[in-house]
Amino acid sequence: MSELCDLTASELSAKLRDGEITAVALAESSLARRETLDEKVGAFLTPTPQVALERASELDTYLATGAPQSGVAGIPLALKDVLTTNGIRTTCGSKILETYVPPYDATAWTRLSGAGSVLVGKTNCDEFAMGSSNENSAFGPVHNPWDLDTVPGGSSGGSAAAVAAGMAVWALGTDTGGSVRQPASLTGTVGLKPTYGRVSRYGLIAFASSLDTVGTFTRSVRDAATLLGVMAGKDHRDATSLDADVPDYTEGLDAGVAGLRVGVLAEAFGEGVDAEVASAVRAGVDRLTALGAEVGEATLPHAEYALSAYYLIAPSEASSNLARYDGVRYGLRVEGDDSIEMMFRTRGEGFGPEVKRRIMLGTYALSAGYYEAYYGQAQKVRTLILQDYAAAFERFDVLVSPTSPTTAFPIGAKADDPMAMYLNDIFTIPANLGGVPAISVPCGLDGAGLPIGLQLTAKALGEATLFRAAAALEHDLGLDMRPPLLAA
Amino acid sequence: MPVEIDIDHVAKLARVELSDDEKARMRDQLEVILEHAAKVGEVAAGDVAPTASPIPQVNVFREDTPEPSIPHDAALSNAPAERDGRFLVPKIAETGS
Repeated sequence: MSELCDLTASELSAKLRDGEITAVALAESSLARRETLDEKVGAFLTPTPQVALERASELDTYLATGAPQSGVAGIPLALKDVLTTNGIRTTCGSKILETYVPPYDATAWTRLSGAGSVLVGKTNCDEFAMGSSNENSAFGPVHNPWDLDTVPGGSSGGSAAAVAAGMAVWALGTDTGGSVRQPASLTGTVGLKPTYGRVSRYGLIAFASSLDTVGTFTRSVRDAATLLGVMAGKDHRDATSLDADVPDYTEGLDAGVAGLRVGVLAEAFGEGVDAEVASAVRAGVDRLTALGAEVGEATLPHAEYALSAYYLIAPSEASSNLARYDGVRYGLRVEGDDSIEMMFRTRGEGFGPEVKRRIMLGTYALSAGYYEAYYGQAQKVRTLILQDYAAAFERFDVLVSPTSPTTAFPIGAKADDPMAMYLNDIFTIPANLGGVPAISVPCGLDGAGLPIGLQLTAKALGEATLFRAAAALEHDLGLDMRPPLLAA
Repeated sequence: MPVEIDIDHVAKLARVELSDDEKARMRDQLEVILEHAAKVGEVAAGDVAPTASPIPQVNVFREDTPEPSIPHDAALSNAPAERDGRFLVPKIAETGS
């Protein structure tokens, strides 16, 4: 079956402009797909069909006047449930925020909404975005539309699955250590993590503030460029948002890669990487060479310490950020004899195992006597990784690696082994530590028919270069990345 | 490098109630994770400056223009308990007898 909801946003936007389809018909298509499939997939925590249909109807009236139309107008969008939506429940996949209804919108959503975006719902995720499989959600796992017995990746697993299965045309996720790129890789979607500060974090419920970014899931590189263009830019509500010009990212998308300097990260093809993943990514590099890119070998010498540094820095920031869940102002409260007991009980009952683990890890790493050896040293390693990137980007315009060392794994396979789970993010974490943009694009399927993602990384604010390289590869490979489920 | 953790102490600092089972499991898991994390200590970085933010910015100010803020009732709308327009909590101090 191929329905409206299976098309890309750029195709749909043209049809809307030509009056070939209505926004209501498009919203109905995505909503119907969710009704058919989401019982099996579990992508949505809070679907918003009424909101979507009302909005679409307003847009049809507006578009009928022939008024100017943004590239996001009328296109069904899903939001990861860590982005706040005024009046719509936002849970972070956590029992502690199960009934939380924010009184304000995240800036990324404000901008998309202002440009006519149609919200179809809030998506499932690992609790507080902590995880790589979506199994840490308090509301149950998400099933990968490519094989319902496998994980969709995480933490933005619901957004990834929704886009892969046509329940949304595109979606926002958040990426702190790979939480957009890794699920994009595992679900055959395009996943963008922009430069740190490119998109405002206002209304992104904080996990690790120096690493958190708002990213996108789309079914084409062009769509990612369109979404980013609407969301990006300075926001006075986020002091870390960057005051840099926002180009039209869709311009020059088809310029090709002739002369582009592509560095292949040699260390990213070693132990622990599936042979099929390595060979598909290498084949992708060969295509870039064939298209005229100048390919060489690159290295990030300190990348081998990135995972260790990340699992000190991110939990440390999380232990501080999550101190706000104390049962006083919002969220779950479990009564106690006094305020302190109330706080212990609320947090003991409200947080799941992975969130507790990271709060404990961060608390330990920041505690007296350990701070310098753990957190302090991790911050120094971060400096070395920034220097590695600076050196690599003197020689290359983009760096290539696999996005994830493996394809989708069975639900439950790594659930009891946190360290094995953390290794899923070994290739995505360095970009968060370095603040640089990176994108995952599909580059093939493994023997079991599961998607493989290729990661491209550019220097800070180099999104346009990323899009150009990713679009060239996408065009050349011409893959049909629709899960078999949709052929049924 | 084996790591030993005083789980009770850390849980107290973190204000998280943990069952005995959780503590035992947490101790084992954190020790494995920290042993891996301790790899950061292998890097000779004595004279390297720490990085707190990848794209540091200083003195970020905006115009000092008043804007509407979240209305009082909206700010209280998620309160587990409230009274007289304020958040209500269990006693936080002993009262004199």
